[in-house]
Amino acid sequence: MTARGFLLYAGMALLIVLTGMFQGWNLALTILNMGLISAIMSLGVNLQWGFAGLFNVGVMGFVALGGLAAVLVAQPPVAEGWNAGGLRLLGALALGAAILVGAVQVWKRKIGGRMRALVMLALLIGGFFLFRASLDPAVDAIEAINPSLSGYLGGLGLPIIVAWPVGGLLAAGAAWIIGKAALGLRSDYLAIATLGIAEIVIAVLKNEDWLSRGVKNVVGLPRPVPYEVDLQRDEGFIATAAGYGLDPVTASTLWVKILYSGLFAVVLIVILFLAQRALASPWGRMMRAIRDNEVAASAMGKNVTARHLQVFILGSAVCGIAGAMMTTLDGQLTPGSYQPLRFTFLVWVMVIVGGSGNNYGAVLGGFLIWWLWVMVEPLGLWAMELITSGMDADSWLRGHLTDSAAQMRLMTMGIILLAVLRFSPKGLMPER
Amino acid sequence: MTDFLNAIVALSNFVLVPGAAYGAQLALGALGVTLIYGILRFSNFAHGDTMAFGTMATILVTWGLQSIGISFGFLPTALIALPIGIAITGLLLLGTDRAIYRFYRKQKAAPVVLVIVSIGVMFVMNGLVRFIIGVGDVNFADGARFVINAREFKEMTGLDEGLAIRTTTLITLVTAAIAVALLFWFLNKTRTGKSMRAFSDNEDLALLSGINPERVVAVTWLIVAALATTAGVLYGLDKSFKAFTYFQLLLPIFAAAIVGGLGNPLGAIAGGFVIAFSEVLITYAWKKVLVYLMPENLEPSGLVQLLSTDYKFAVSFAILITVLLFKPTGLFKGQSV
Amino acid sequence: MAEPHLIGEAMTGGYGRGADILHGCTLSVDKGEIAVIVGPNGAGKSTAMKAVFGMLNLREGAVRIGGEDITHLSPQDRVAKGMAFVPQTSNIFPSMTVEENLEMGAFLRRDDIRPTIEQVYDLFPILRDKRRQAAGELSGGQRQQVAVGRALMTQPSVLMLDEPTAGVSPIVMDELFDRIIEVARAGITILMVEQNARQALEIADKGYVLVQGANAYTGTGAELMADDEVRRTFLGG
Ligand SMILES: Nc1ncnc2c1ncn2[C@@H]1O[C@H](COP(=O)(O)OP(=O)(O)O)[C@@H](O)[C@H]1O
Ligand SMILES: [Mg+2]
Repeated sequence: MTARGFLLYAGMALLIVLTGMFQGWNLALTILNMGLISAIMSLGVNLQWGFAGLFNVGVMGFVALGGLAAVLVAQPPVAEGWNAGGLRLLGALALGAAILVGAVQVWKRKIGGRMRALVMLALLIGGFFLFRASLDPAVDAIEAINPSLSGYLGGLGLPIIVAWPVGGLLAAGAAWIIGKAALGLRSDYLAIATLGIAEIVIAVLKNEDWLSRGVKNVVGLPRPVPYEVDLQRDEGFIATAAGYGLDPVTASTLWVKILYSGLFAVVLIVILFLAQRALASPWGRMMRAIRDNEVAASAMGKNVTARHLQVFILGSAVCGIAGAMMTTLDGQLTPGSYQPLRFTFLVWVMVIVGGSGNNYGAVLGGFLIWWLWVMVEPLGLWAMELITSGMDADSWLRGHLTDSAAQMRLMTMGIILLAVLRFSPKGLMPER
Repeated sequence: MTDFLNAIVALSNFVLVPGAAYGAQLALGALGVTLIYGILRFSNFAHGDTMAFGTMATILVTWGLQSIGISFGFLPTALIALPIGIAITGLLLLGTDRAIYRFYRKQKAAPVVLVIVSIGVMFVMNGLVRFIIGVGDVNFADGARFVINAREFKEMTGLDEGLAIRTTTLITLVTAAIAVALLFWFLNKTRTGKSMRAFSDNEDLALLSGINPERVVAVTWLIVAALATTAGVLYGLDKSFKAFTYFQLLLPIFAAAIVGGLGNPLGAIAGGFVIAFSEVLITYAWKKVLVYLMPENLEPSGLVQLLSTDYKFAVSFAILITVLLFKPTGLFKGQSV
Repeated sequence: MAEPHLIGEAMTGGYGRGADILHGCTLSVDKGEIAVIVGPNGAGKSTAMKAVFGMLNLREGAVRIGGEDITHLSPQDRVAKGMAFVPQTSNIFPSMTVEENLEMGAFLRRDDIRPTIEQVYDLFPILRDKRRQAAGELSGGQRQQVAVGRALMTQPSVLMLDEPTAGVSPIVMDELFDRIIEVARAGITILMVEQNARQALEIADKGYVLVQGANAYTGTGAELMADDEVRRTFLGG
């Protein structure tokens, strides 16, 4: 890292410390934790965009798949649900997969054009009805069981940390499918395709109640760290807290957040280390060579599409890991809360502002933009109050302006993105 | 026989009429995207929010008109406000071009850079809309609700099924037809329109012929403002206005433009209807139609809905992927490689 | 000697900030005459044409037409000065009809362009039959005719052609050469680049051989044809 980089990181640390001093350490740690997660997402996108020039605007989908992994891994299995239709449902899913694989196989056969298309179409359409006919009863049976509290299959009941790599795997699988279809086409097509897959992932999470309880949400996910109430009853903890002059309630919330920070920091450091190694490796050099001149690279016999597929899968997996971590931190999966502006485009702002192509820059961007995202609202409100202080206390405009301050976030992010693109297109920490 | 008629009426009422209206809205949106692609050569992610902004401007003018007691009889007041809304949006787009896009054009920046810039513009526009009108649901359709309602239709024809044609549906179809006719007249018959097509075809040669690129770009933004605002207002009249629904239209609109062939206006229209009808057909519960057509004992027990309406994105998406895989330049030949 | 109608004098320059491609290259043509530029691939022939038309910045040298210095004019302004250019590649508007292509050629004119369109159709009768067809759907030779026709629409005093016969059959090529002579007879000065050096030099009043961005040989068409060195190296013996 350069001297400039150290300064910027020090500045970022200072921002968080100042937040802690003026607005409380609880908020500072909350920002830090989401900042760590954002930094990982930002690293994932940087892998795709900074290393390889791939334009993925489906980050939200991969993040949400990570969230799903948290449910599928950590929630206890719902025995009644499994008894009611679990195996039938798995069978139906296997059938669906078999039909798709069959269709692809038909398509790959080099037999007469029209015949092949017709067979494939018939297989797909017939298969769809068959699939629905076997899936629907199983779904109905599962969802009928105690719908207000469960109505789904639950998960595997494993420690939730396991969900982090699993989230990466789920995201990688989705990335493989989408990459197979859309890589090798123009960059805007990949963008639209990823935009679509993200919406579909969210639609699945919202609608397939047997899987994720849909908009009824899955709450109370197991945690990798102790519960505050348990700490508050722990004599040793109370004594230690008192030693620092803290009451048990404050101390327990802070301590839980610090534990999360530690876990997240480990993951971030590991991924950052690997990303740095990748960047410096022959593989990373080749990736950048392809990014800078795709035509020349493919003329030199590099298989551009295959390389792109690798990096696309890796980057998406990193986003999936971050998604699983985020759901772990939240302790719940709420499919309705996934918004592309927040989970896709904001991550893009992080990468561009931080410095695309530079891993340290991407991490810095993750922290900085997340900090801003949180702080713009109070700052905006404060600014609005300042602006409107001269106005009549119950004037319509004053009310409207203060109410609208909450909407300042998006505009601020847009202006920051545009300003960076214009005046410092390489970002805060440019790629060397 | 009456069963058959009932089936046709049910089909029209729930599938054909709404599908046509939605298709027209998508087509207008896709035309805007495709024009920007053809002339400025990037995929504009801010298009959905341009539609939202235009609609918001029109709503504000509508409220202004209503407050001074102007209305448009059985037609929505928003139609009178529409030209003013278009003008405001046009000014915004010209300003955006001046302040933001022009810099990158002069630099001959790569298209993907412009796409990222358009994401920044999208944030700002989205924020602007939320800031001005808020995030709530705004219903601004006034005037008569129905041209013909289901009850009247049943009384008139004596059928069991009713056909309701909402005023907004009819307005959507008529306005869209007029807009498309004007656009094609402009592109094919006027000097400026032809110069736009020439610029889209071969930028360098257009320059050699003395066509002024800045003028072409400015005219393009104005037309895009008109198309986006019209599309947005029609959609808003039909459903209701909400700041973020327009962002979600981005996917079907892009799908329509790509399916039709990016840069090809005719393709954008065809693509709009292909996407709209596929969405409606696949997410419609066919039971209502089938009960009239099937013998009593074969009548379906379920809703016979292929996919739940929440998966309508999946439909646009599946069509998009199919086209990308098998015919990347779209149904009508687009410019893209 | 009187100043030639069009002259690009001692031109030095390249694309953007890249290395120089032209090195003191001089091209000139007298009124109503045909000048032909030949040379190996990558010699900078197209670059020289673009330099004369103002499509790249010269570091040194000047371009004058009828004695007037136009070195700093944009291509559009040179069109107004009576110059017209048919580039080597993508020289038509493919999705527009033949007639629209011609109309676009006359974009800067505000007077009646009908007579000029008729003149182009008289010169290239096939275009009259195909006027409602998209230019991109035509054959290679017809497309070149559209391209030349489009350039003629401004009623230029100088017509610059970059390999107008590239990729067309020999018969069509002869036909095109005849038309170009016809244009020159009408008093239009012609500066053109040709791959088919032999035929081109036969009709040329003046010939240039460019090598690596510099003049290697200059003379009348006949002189160059007679020069052993030129014959051996460029005309294949
Ligand atoms: N647009 C361009 N940008 C940079 N270099 C170019 C460009 N066009 C041509 N060149 C380079 O200029 C040199 C001369 O090319 P050109 O003038 O096209 O040759 P010719 O027409 O004689 O075959 C070549 O080395 C070519 O690579
Ligand atoms: Mg050449």
